Amino acid sequence: MGNGVPDHPATTASSPEPPAAATAGGAEPLVRVRGLHFSRGDTVVFDGVDMDIPRGAVTAIMGPSGTGKTTLLKLISGQLRPQAGSIEVDGLDVHRLGLQDLYRLRTRMGMLFQSGALLDDLTVFENVAFPLREHGRLPPSLLRRLVLMKLQAVGLRGAADLLPAQLSGGMARRAALARAIALDPMMVMYDEPFTGQDPISMGVLVSLVHQLNDAGGLSSIIVSHDVPETLGIADHVYVIASGRILCSGPPAAVSTHADPRVRQFLDGAPDGPVHFHYPAAPLAEELLAVGRRRRW
Amino acid sequence: MVMEALARLGRSGLAALAGVGRAHMLLAAAIAGLPELLPRPRLLLAQIYNIGVLSVLIIAVSGLFVGMVLGLQGYYVLNQFGAAESLGVMVAASLVRELGPVVTALLVAGRAGSALTAEIGLMKATEQLSALEMMAVNPVRRVLTPRFFGGCLAMPLLAAMFSALGVLGGWFVGVGLLGVDDGAFWSQMQAKLDFRGDVVNGVIKSLVFGVVVTWIALFQGYDATPTAAGVSRATTRSVVHAALAVLGLDFILTALMFGD
Repeated sequence: MGNGVPDHPATTASSPEPPAAATAGGAEPLVRVRGLHFSRGDTVVFDGVDMDIPRGAVTAIMGPSGTGKTTLLKLISGQLRPQAGSIEVDGLDVHRLGLQDLYRLRTRMGMLFQSGALLDDLTVFENVAFPLREHGRLPPSLLRRLVLMKLQAVGLRGAADLLPAQLSGGMARRAALARAIALDPMMVMYDEPFTGQDPISMGVLVSLVHQLNDAGGLSSIIVSHDVPETLGIADHVYVIASGRILCSGPPAAVSTHADPRVRQFLDGAPDGPVHFHYPAAPLAEELLAVGRRRRW
Repeated sequence: MVMEALARLGRSGLAALAGVGRAHMLLAAAIAGLPELLPRPRLLLAQIYNIGVLSVLIIAVSGLFVGMVLGLQGYYVLNQFGAAESLGVMVAASLVRELGPVVTALLVAGRAGSALTAEIGLMKATEQLSALEMMAVNPVRRVLTPRFFGGCLAMPLLAAMFSALGVLGGWFVGVGLLGVDDGAFWSQMQAKLDFRGDVVNGVIKSLVFGVVVTWIALFQGYDATPTAAGVSRATTRSVVHAALAVLGLDFILTALMFGD
């Protein structure tokens, strides 16, 4: 832990200071989000979000389902375009880049999708070799060695000849992780890496994320709502909900944050500021209305 | 009430127009990927195999039976006028001008077009297309361009096979079963069928149908809502739209090619 991000008290959305990670250590952040506004139809997903993702650290973006965590990754990677605001990755404004420059930047960004997103007509070996083949003309022997090393790193060298359909969920994510790091990116984005995993697979993935970040010198962004696993490996945490950042800071500070919305999320309370019931008219009123409709 | 209905109609019209626009942009992007495809012929050959070779059985069997039916029906009509020897030219002209390109296109839309739509739609639903984007690989050029040109090239070959087997089916029924003169069957066909007017026009038709069927299939898959129901609806739309487009275009092309 603590990859260049010293302990820092958690800040809240109402704090006048810049995001905590931006000021930590004074180094230029890897990802700088400013004034991000993004809507889908009438639904506001982000309403003026500022965020800094530091270099060389594991940054967790947490929040309840449907708060736009995956959308944020797609915005950072340029797959979606915000209505207002800017996102800079390694000093480049993602949404002002031409397609060629965006693709050049993406060769330095890896992404682990929630579903793995392995190409299902290719073996595990071919999946990992895919980005290497597409972006270079490596001699077959070197390519084979590189792929086997990536697969060894995730413990799947023995599964190189299997098809994605023959893998378990955890193995598929590890294979996808090997593919995500095939081009030795500067950063890896993990979209819900622990969701739906059994305890063993989850432990393996947690350990892999940690090892890759530390030994590989990567910067990692984890989007997740698995609280203990994510807080356990993160250096810096953002909690988002309702289009805003509720709080940010080191895991220890965030986990003791007093905001009731943060508390409900971290403690897993079924009712609180986020209600158990989806907004609706009172039950009695609706039942009586049904009765009236039937009489008609 | 009336205003609401008009507004709904307007929204549907705008959505349909936007869809047409997206389809044309996708077609342009797929064609623009040709220079990247040429140095990688294996990608193209794989799609010619998927769309063409795997459709051979249904095309061959259908062609044979359509030709046999043409032989039977043609014989009964021509024989009434003492012109049974013209059976060969009737069967061949029907197949080469119309039935070969049209029925092949309908069969390809049903077998390969639906498979293309489902494949692309599922790739979208399982985030494989997004994964390609994130690997800095253009999904249109890597996935759609080889399929588009594979479909365009496979269609005329399949239509030629359909017509050839149809002629053999007509010959089998006419000459083999109904006693039409073998020499008259082939010689009249050779004399009356015009290479440019009949065969080349048939090839042009099948090329156009190849473009349209593959384009519709790819667009429906790429534009599908990324859910099970969305892919299912897109697959149905792919076959229906392709069939209607083929039949409509066939009328227009026939009027242009064979009208006075």
